[in-house]
Amino acid sequence: MTLYERWHIDKPMFRALLALAAISLVVLYSAGGNSLVFALDDAVRLAIGFIVMLAAAQVPPETYRKWSVPLFIGGVLALAAVLAIGVVRFGARRWIAFGPLSIQPSEFMKLAVPMMLAWFFSQRSLPPKLLHVVAAALIMLIPVLLIAKEPDLGTAVIVLLSGVIVLFLAGMSWRTITVVALFGAAAAPVLWAHMHHYQRQRIYILFHPEADPLGAGYHAIQGMIAVGSGGLFGQGWLHSSQANLHFLPDSTTDFAFAVFCQEFGLIGDLALLALYLFIIYRGLRIAFAAQDNYSRLLAGSLSVLFFFDVFINMGMVSGILPVVGVPLPMLSYGGTSLLIIMAGLGILMSIHGHRRLVS
Amino acid sequence: MYRIPLKNSGQETRLFRSRVAVAAILAGLLVLTLIGRLSYLEVIRHGYYATLARNNRISPIPIPPARGLILDRNGIVLAEDIPVFTLQVIPDRVHNMARLLATLKTIIALNKQDLRNFDRRLAQHRPFQEVTLRAHLSEAEAAHVAVNLTQLPGVSLHARLRRYYPLGGVAVDTIGYVSRINQAEEQGPDGARYFGYHHVGQFGIERSYQKQLMGRIGFKDVEMNAAGRAVKILKRIAPHAGKNLYLNIDAQMQAIGEQMLDNRPGSIVAIDPRTGAVLTFVSSPIYDPNPFVDGIREKAYRKLATDPAAPLNDRALNGLYPPGSTIKPFFAYAALQTRWFNPDATYNCPGYWHLPHNGHLFHCWKPMGMGAVDLETAIEESCDVYFYHLAFKQGIDRMVRYLTYFGFGHRTGIDLPGESRGLVPTRAWRRATHRPWYPGQTVITGIGQGPLLVTPIQLADAVAAIANHGVRMRPEVVRGIENPVTGAVRYIPPFGYPPVPRRRKKSLGILIHDMSQVVTGPHGTARGIDWDHVLPYSVAGKTGTAQLWNAIPGYNGKHIHSDALFIAFAPVHHPRIALAVIVEHAGFGALAAAPIARALMNFYLLGHVHVRAENQTNGKILAVGGHP
Repeated sequence: MTLYERWHIDKPMFRALLALAAISLVVLYSAGGNSLVFALDDAVRLAIGFIVMLAAAQVPPETYRKWSVPLFIGGVLALAAVLAIGVVRFGARRWIAFGPLSIQPSEFMKLAVPMMLAWFFSQRSLPPKLLHVVAAALIMLIPVLLIAKEPDLGTAVIVLLSGVIVLFLAGMSWRTITVVALFGAAAAPVLWAHMHHYQRQRIYILFHPEADPLGAGYHAIQGMIAVGSGGLFGQGWLHSSQANLHFLPDSTTDFAFAVFCQEFGLIGDLALLALYLFIIYRGLRIAFAAQDNYSRLLAGSLSVLFFFDVFINMGMVSGILPVVGVPLPMLSYGGTSLLIIMAGLGILMSIHGHRRLVS
Repeated sequence: MYRIPLKNSGQETRLFRSRVAVAAILAGLLVLTLIGRLSYLEVIRHGYYATLARNNRISPIPIPPARGLILDRNGIVLAEDIPVFTLQVIPDRVHNMARLLATLKTIIALNKQDLRNFDRRLAQHRPFQEVTLRAHLSEAEAAHVAVNLTQLPGVSLHARLRRYYPLGGVAVDTIGYVSRINQAEEQGPDGARYFGYHHVGQFGIERSYQKQLMGRIGFKDVEMNAAGRAVKILKRIAPHAGKNLYLNIDAQMQAIGEQMLDNRPGSIVAIDPRTGAVLTFVSSPIYDPNPFVDGIREKAYRKLATDPAAPLNDRALNGLYPPGSTIKPFFAYAALQTRWFNPDATYNCPGYWHLPHNGHLFHCWKPMGMGAVDLETAIEESCDVYFYHLAFKQGIDRMVRYLTYFGFGHRTGIDLPGESRGLVPTRAWRRATHRPWYPGQTVITGIGQGPLLVTPIQLADAVAAIANHGVRMRPEVVRGIENPVTGAVRYIPPFGYPPVPRRRKKSLGILIHDMSQVVTGPHGTARGIDWDHVLPYSVAGKTGTAQLWNAIPGYNGKHIHSDALFIAFAPVHHPRIALAVIVEHAGFGALAAAPIARALMNFYLLGHVHVRAENQTNGKILAVGGHP
């Protein structure tokens, strides 16, 4: 039994994560203004993330399954508490303060919702009946609406997505999917018609950032400038003028990928993307190999959600998606979101490491 | 616990795997989209975004060059750029603003207004931006601050160049002044040329030689961060200093002329008849151009603009005056070219004259008349009747033709902007006024009254043409243009207009002789300037006393004296200076204008204004030996 096996770790994924952590340090050293202190701070946070991942990997999937419902209910209660006694920062009520620490329960729901739904469907035979699909949808809508009320639309969408992925992987019938999609498409114009002018304007700006280059469109434009000026090979490490001269806001968090693009170019992007896709591939492999419905649904949805985290951030930086506050997993200077991602990866590893050798 | 049947498990596994496969395919499509987008941005649109990134980063900052000096013919500086100092504070770097201001108060003068303005600016700027605390520090103050700069964190001194006219109002109408570029100029046809400059020449030499004086702008490419703060200088293209101008103006002579006019309205133009070099170009009263440079305060400007003496008008260039009797030599010259005119023939002056078959009387300035007058006497004593008769005989067309030969009614071409044409009643003008031309108007034009209007520069240039064998030179204020780097001077070559036609060989000699009689003759109207016969050089001239009828439009004060005029050149046989002096409302030209001319000629030819005692003997000898 190797060391990796003893600690229930998927070796290739672990190595890829180490590589990502190294890239994160390199990029954030540059994006943070060539600050060693800042890079060390990031290193500490990454180290904590790895510890959380290792810890999560030691817990067998069976335990997660048992704790799914209490965790979900606890999370919902925490969300309710946020709305009641939360701390307001940047005009939104998203945090609960514990002395110097403040946590963001909405991030936690990215794990709790897939776990809850995976538990829900593992109790029933698959494909699910329509009634179960509706029930699951209602369950996941509770936290989504609570988060949307904070307001934190970005996270609400991700949490909704995490639930939808489980529904999809659980085998929700294509007919239901079509009906829901058509209903959504039909609802969009009605919704648009009922929106305020400023809301429409905001959506318009999200898709046409050049209409307000110094206001709402500033992030998107500066991000695209950073990406585009990178070229094929990039400007070289520490040569991201967009970050060094502070044109790029959030260059260490949501727009760290833009800094990476300017410094390492398309070649670097493809390498980075390959690294992420490799992790997702390992995740899906774990889901394939999982031996019960709970494990495979959870592993599958966590892997696909990881993919969407990556895609939404890169899409937002490169201007194909509107700017929503989604950090790039591992690469961005992380807080709660990094810990949640690492915990998710830890669960994946647990599913991998605790599989029974004989079915 | 709900037990999953084994049979279903296989189905469920297949279903799950197929769903994972679908999700993977969807993800693959999204990844392809992302790669496409990244490739589009980073390869196809790379140039565009690289430029945007560069523009984000690099700002070109103009470095204005020093404007060229303006010097008089002897090298006296008339206009220069001097450094002025501005004290600026970066609030971010100041620990205790109150203490800093208290410290600064002990070093430089800071009044309440300065502090109030500073507080206002502090509120308008961001804390990392420089805020002006005081502008226009004296050099002593700047030095005090510079010495203490290390103890004043956040304080910086900025030097910039500012135009300064050290002699104040001396030759202000010739030199002009610079002032801030206004929006109209910035957006005008020359706007692109002024990019990066703050000041532009508004009048006079400063305007007409703007291109030479302004030099070429330099640039530095500065790397700026998003807050607009300069991080480092990447590239610097040095500015080229403007060219220095040497004028023909003699500043001392100019100052003497201005002092003798003593802010009475008037004008003096002195020209070297051989080259057209403008030696003196006075428009009185004068004013200090220095307040105009950074924007004159409105109250001060209004005071200048509403002054009835109109100091802002350039009288030498734009003043329109009836020439009075000073025009007579030019009509005499015109008559001398004819076959029928005999300068020695006398004409009787009874003190008045009338047109044949018309009872209207034209009076001579001497009410009792002068008796029998030939041309010499007519010029010497300025007989009006003689010239009434001459005008009547010549006719207006001939008179106008010769006035035009002497440059009246046209711009002289002096290198100053905005010159006036004057007014010569040509046939075209007479037609355009839609009023009949009466013979009486021809008659009064003959003594320089009527619609005829001349500018001082025209008058001076015309008399210089008489002095220069009938060749009128283009007046030039600028003598040479110096490259400040190499020191090479490009002199402006003299330019002569076509000579005034001369059909009778001796005509010019006769005219010059008659004009010198004005000064030396026993009854000469200007004999007063050399009444004691001390001038060591000979002078030819003509006085004038112009009655005003339209010199100041809209003026209806109670009592206007006539304008006093005097034109002259000297020495008579080898003239080196020709001039025209006009003193407004000063009465007789011989009394008011001629002494000023004498002072300037003395200064130019002898080097001093007053003729000293030892010159008396010299003068007599010269007068006897030199000029028969």
